[in-house]
Parts: sequence; C-alpha cells; structure tokens
Amino acid sequence: MTDFPHTPPRFSATFTPDVNAEIRRAAATGIYDIRGGGAKRRVPHFDDLLFLGASISRYPLEGYRERCDTSVVLGTRFAKKPIVLDIPITIAGMSFGALSGPAKEALGRGASAAGTSTTTGDGGMTEEERGHSKTLVYQYLPSRYGMNPDDLRRADAIEVVVGQGAKPGGGGMLLGQKISDRVAEMRNLPKGIDQRSACRHPDWTGPDDLEIKILELREITDWEKPIYIKVGGSRPYYDTALAVKAGADVVVLDGMQGGTAATQDVFIENVGMPILACIPQAVQALQDLGMHRKVQLIVSGGIRSGADVAKAMALGADAVAIGTAALIALGDNDPVWEAEYQKLGTTAGAYDDWHEGRDPAGITTQDPELAARFDPVLGGRRLKNYLKVMTLEAQTIARACGKNHLHNLEPEDLVALTIEGAAMAGVPLAGTNWIPGKTGF
Amino acid sequence: MQTFDLATRGLRELNQTLHALRGTTNETAWEIVNAKGSHAIAVGVDAPLDITVRGSTGYYCAGMNKQATIRIDGNAGPGVAENMMSGRVIIEGDASQYAGATGRGGLLVIKGNASSRCGISMKGIDIVVHGSIGHMSAFMAQSGNMVVLGDAGDALGDSLYEARLFVRGSVKSLGADCIEKEMRPAHLAMLAELLERGEAGHKAKPEEFRRYGSARKLYTFNVDNAAAY
Ligand SMILES: Cc1cc2nc3c(=O)[nH]c(=O)nc-3n(C[C@H](O)[C@H](O)[C@H](O)COP(=O)(O)O)c2cc1C
Repeated sequence: MTDFPHTPPRFSATFTPDVNAEIRRAAATGIYDIRGGGAKRRVPHFDDLLFLGASISRYPLEGYRERCDTSVVLGTRFAKKPIVLDIPITIAGMSFGALSGPAKEALGRGASAAGTSTTTGDGGMTEEERGHSKTLVYQYLPSRYGMNPDDLRRADAIEVVVGQGAKPGGGGMLLGQKISDRVAEMRNLPKGIDQRSACRHPDWTGPDDLEIKILELREITDWEKPIYIKVGGSRPYYDTALAVKAGADVVVLDGMQGGTAATQDVFIENVGMPILACIPQAVQALQDLGMHRKVQLIVSGGIRSGADVAKAMALGADAVAIGTAALIALGDNDPVWEAEYQKLGTTAGAYDDWHEGRDPAGITTQDPELAARFDPVLGGRRLKNYLKVMTLEAQTIARACGKNHLHNLEPEDLVALTIEGAAMAGVPLAGTNWIPGKTGF
Repeated sequence: MQTFDLATRGLRELNQTLHALRGTTNETAWEIVNAKGSHAIAVGVDAPLDITVRGSTGYYCAGMNKQATIRIDGNAGPGVAENMMSGRVIIEGDASQYAGATGRGGLLVIKGNASSRCGISMKGIDIVVHGSIGHMSAFMAQSGNMVVLGDAGDALGDSLYEARLFVRGSVKSLGADCIEKEMRPAHLAMLAELLERGEAGHKAKPEEFRRYGSARKLYTFNVDNAAAY
C-alpha cells in the first residue's frame, strides 16, 4: 500500500493553546482569571520608534563632557511648594497590601537615593514609606482606605486617582489571602475578606465636582502641595483637558500595559489604549489649552529603559513613572527562585499571581516568612542602580540628538518602524515623510 | 465669639486662620457669616473649636474635620463632613448627597433629611439623621453607626461591611447583602446613647428602630453569588 502524505496537525490561529486552556479553566472553575501585571499581548509601543540622532544639520553633544540635564519641576501651576526631582523617572503608586512593608521601604530608599519620588497606593501611607521617601506622593483613591488629613499634610504631593491603565473604569482588588491584621486595620475592614474597592469616588462625579474636590484638598493643605490627577489611557485628549480644567498641577497618564496588583485578565487585555497612542493626544490637549509644560505630564505603562524614557519625553511628556520595572529591579520574577516558581506552576518571568500572596521573591506578599526573604536595603540599592542606568541611557540618546536637557527632545527626533507606530505617535514612518492620518497620502 | 465674614475676607483666609489654631487647646468660639453656599468652608480643622456657620454651605463643608464642633445653621451641600476624623458636625437643615462619606470618626447630626448616598463608605463615623435618607445610603459602609429617625430610600446598605444601620421608619429596599438583624439589649443601649448625642433623645425611643447589617455573603467571592453583584 502506498503511504500517502497526510496533513500535519495544525493549530488554529484563533483557538490557540492558550485560548483553549483558558476555556477549560473557565469551564472548570466558573470564575474569571485574576492576575497581576499589565497587558501581555503585543501592542504598539516605544519599540516601534527610533531616534534619528545627529547628522549634518544637527550636531551632537559630547558624551560625559557636555551637560545634559535631567531635572524636572512638578506642580508649578498652583502649588506653593512644587516638587523638584533630579531625574524624570518616578515610582508609580503601588499599594501597601499589594506590596509588603519592606518592599515599600525599598522603593523609598531607591527613589530617594536616585533623587526621585515614590507614591503610596490603595492601602494608605505606611511609616516605612514615608520614613524612607524624601519625596512622597499620596494617592487619593475611590476607596479612601486610611485617608486622613495628617497624612495629606505630610505628603509632598497629592494624586487624585481617577483611573489606571490596566483597568480604566475598574476598582481595586485585594483578595483575602493578602489581608493580614495590619492591612485589615489600615483599611478598617475585617481580616481575610476579599477587598473590592470602589471604581468611582464616593463624593464626586464628573469634572465640575472634581474641580470642587480639588479646591477642598488645596484648602485642607493650604495650597502647598502639587495636585496630580491620574487617569487610565482611554480618552486622553478629553481627560487631559478636563483634568486641566479641574485645576490639576500635573496629569498622570497610564497606558494599558501598566501593571496592576490584581485585576481580571479580560480587563487588563481588552480595556484601554497603549501609552504610545495616548501621549500625543494628551500633549495636543495641553498645547490646545496653552498649558503644555505649565501643567506637567507624567506617563507610564510599560516603561523599561532609558530609551523608553527618552521616547516618552520626545513625544512631549515631562516625566515618566514605573511600576513593574521597579518591582523587577527589586527582584520580582528573578530566576534565582525558579524552583519555587515551578512549584507554583509557573516560571520566572511569567509569575503574575501576585494576588495570591505567595510571591517567592517576598515582594508582593503579606506573608511574614516570605517577606523576610526580601532585604529592603539591598532592594533599594538595586532600584537606585537601575534608575541611574535608565537616566544615563536617556542622556546618551539626548546628547546624540544634540539636546542639553531631556526636555528638549522633540517629536522631530523620532521616526516610526511601523505604520501603527507612526499613526499613533504622529511621527513619520522611517524613510518616508508619511504620518498616517496627517499628511496627504 | 469671633465673627468671620466670608464675603469680605474670603475662603482662603478663613481656612488659613482656622488651620493656624492647630495644636491649640483653647475651645474658642467662631461664627462664620455670609456662607452663601461657598464650597470647602472650615475644611481640615484640627483644634477643639466651636464653629457656627450662618447660612447654607456648598460642597464639602467641614471636610476631614478633627476635634472641632461645626454647626451649620442652614442646609449643607454635597459631601458635608466627608472623611471626618473626630469632633461633631451638626446641620440644622437638610444635607445633600454623600453626607459623611468615608467618615472615620466623630458624630454627624442632620436635623433635616439627607439625600442619596448618605454615609457612603463610612469607616467609623456615627451619623444621626432626624429625617429620612435617600437611595444607596451606607453603600459599602465599613464601620460606624447610622441612625435614621425617618425612612430610608432604595438599596440601603448595599454591599456593606461591618457598619450598623438603625432605621425607625420604612426601608424602601435593602441593597445586596444587607439584611435585617436582631436588636439586642446592647444595641438598644448604644442607640439610646447615639440618640442622646445626636440631639434626638426627645424625638424617638430605641425600641422604635430596626437594625440592619451585613449578611456577610459577599465577603469572599463565590460564583454562586455572582448574580448579587
Ligand atoms: C503591584 C502593583 C500595585 C499597584 N497599585 C496601584 C495603586 O494602588 N494605585 C494606582 O493608582 N496604581 C497602582 N498600580 C499601577 C501603577 O501605579 C502604574 O500605573 C503602573 O504600574 C505603570 O505601569 P508599569 O507597571 O508598566 O510601569 C499598581 C501596579 C502594580 C504593579
């Protein structure tokens, strides 16, 4: 008999093994998947952009010799005491509860040593964090866990959180496993219960109310503190314009790649826009209002390197914020814990069940034994090193583009590698003068 | 008694003046005249002052109050006494939405009615309303006590945690996970004390109230309860 060739097994591009596994998981458990981290799918990002560097028409600055400044002042619009940072890379808000006390301490140590700020989160302000952070931004969230006027006064800035890139329109989630006595007490809730915090603020709705809320916060703090408004990347043009109208000193814009401590996977992957698509619209809103550089713009969501920092700033941001990258610098998902990641059914680099509180690296946990593995002094040093490297990288690029301050980077320094990147960032596709949607092709 | 004319001296000077008294222990009396619906009157006060606001107030009067007794001789706009820490806020008239939102301590007394979302996310505050309260009151209320001499609107205590709710009149509907609970002697004693402090001791007796609280069924996610969300 002749052995006819037969069709090799072929997987569907729609029903991939991952998709099928999720269908089976859903069928077995009856509940959606919850996880930490940001969008894992590939979306247009800073990788789609390139710097042009200097040429005959633009001369570069000498590396290591000619100055390239990195400082940034935040809150110049209304605050009596604006914040001055040495570097434009800030640490994003991550809650105590999601992170351990020592992890918050390490963020404070590292950020302070590098000359930048840290931010509280959904769980309120901890002593570890206030004590070790030279500059601390205090989040004002819908849940208002731990909110009090004394902490407002001892903060250096206030960040009114409207949304987060991982879940624009979603509230907080901290599941029972992580509600230790201390976390429960700070949040004024029973120990061990699931905490699903509100997605809307309890005492205001809409931009007109927000303006009055900001007036109240300014009055309580005697107009000293810069007030930031944080929004997820959903309608960046209008959200930025409305934040300015409501009286923000600073707009914080977080794209869909932005991390979260715990959210439904379906939310993380399907709601919100990539930060690349958000920055130009936010900058446009600021420019249309004559407020670019007067109201500062901080962007976040998948920032990993000095190149990402430089690209975000070239598109018009004043500074960036990092969450996930800071955790990795501290030691999250480090292969040294591989054997334990395997026991949890995962592998280093893919571990995202932060909500379960069993983090082998001792960072996203409230378990005292696991948390004790993490050394906040060493963690702080690692974060400082990483922030310094990112800054040096951004400076290297800026000098190559002939800029003596990171803020002088501009869209004209950039081209895009992909049509999507060109359309979103509003810069030409490399080798052409085509900006999709802008010029007449 | 010191009188502060808001119309001539302005909001900034008012709050700055009151904040300058932080740390003092003198129980000085203040009267604020020409409130005229201004927002953020007497916010962030942290001293045992006795403040009377003449006229109606806008949003967030007495926000984040600590220690002070603040009496509003009129109606109060949205978010009155929001996130109050301690002290007392007394409203002679009605209160708008979100009265006492996220309050962590102290006592809020509303002699008239309160609108929707009264006591939303309350975290330890005591609230006594002589009249009725609107819909979604005590939504996600975490702790503290709410006493209502009149009626409650729709969805009372939706998704509440450990707060205790006492209503004398009718409850239009209970929110998810909120149930009527047994009134035990300890509750009656507490209620008597709350009524007294809430300047309502002469208006109602503890025995006339019913108690509501959490069924605690939504404390941990259970797929069989998903329809309740
Ligand atoms: C563990 C963790 C906890 C977070 N907690 C909060 C929070 O409490 N409040 C908030 O506004 N954002 C929170 N975020 C989002 C960050 O502030 C930030 O927007 C995001 O991490 C930025 O994106 P990146 O992670 O890609 O750098 C959290 C993020 C992580 C990773």
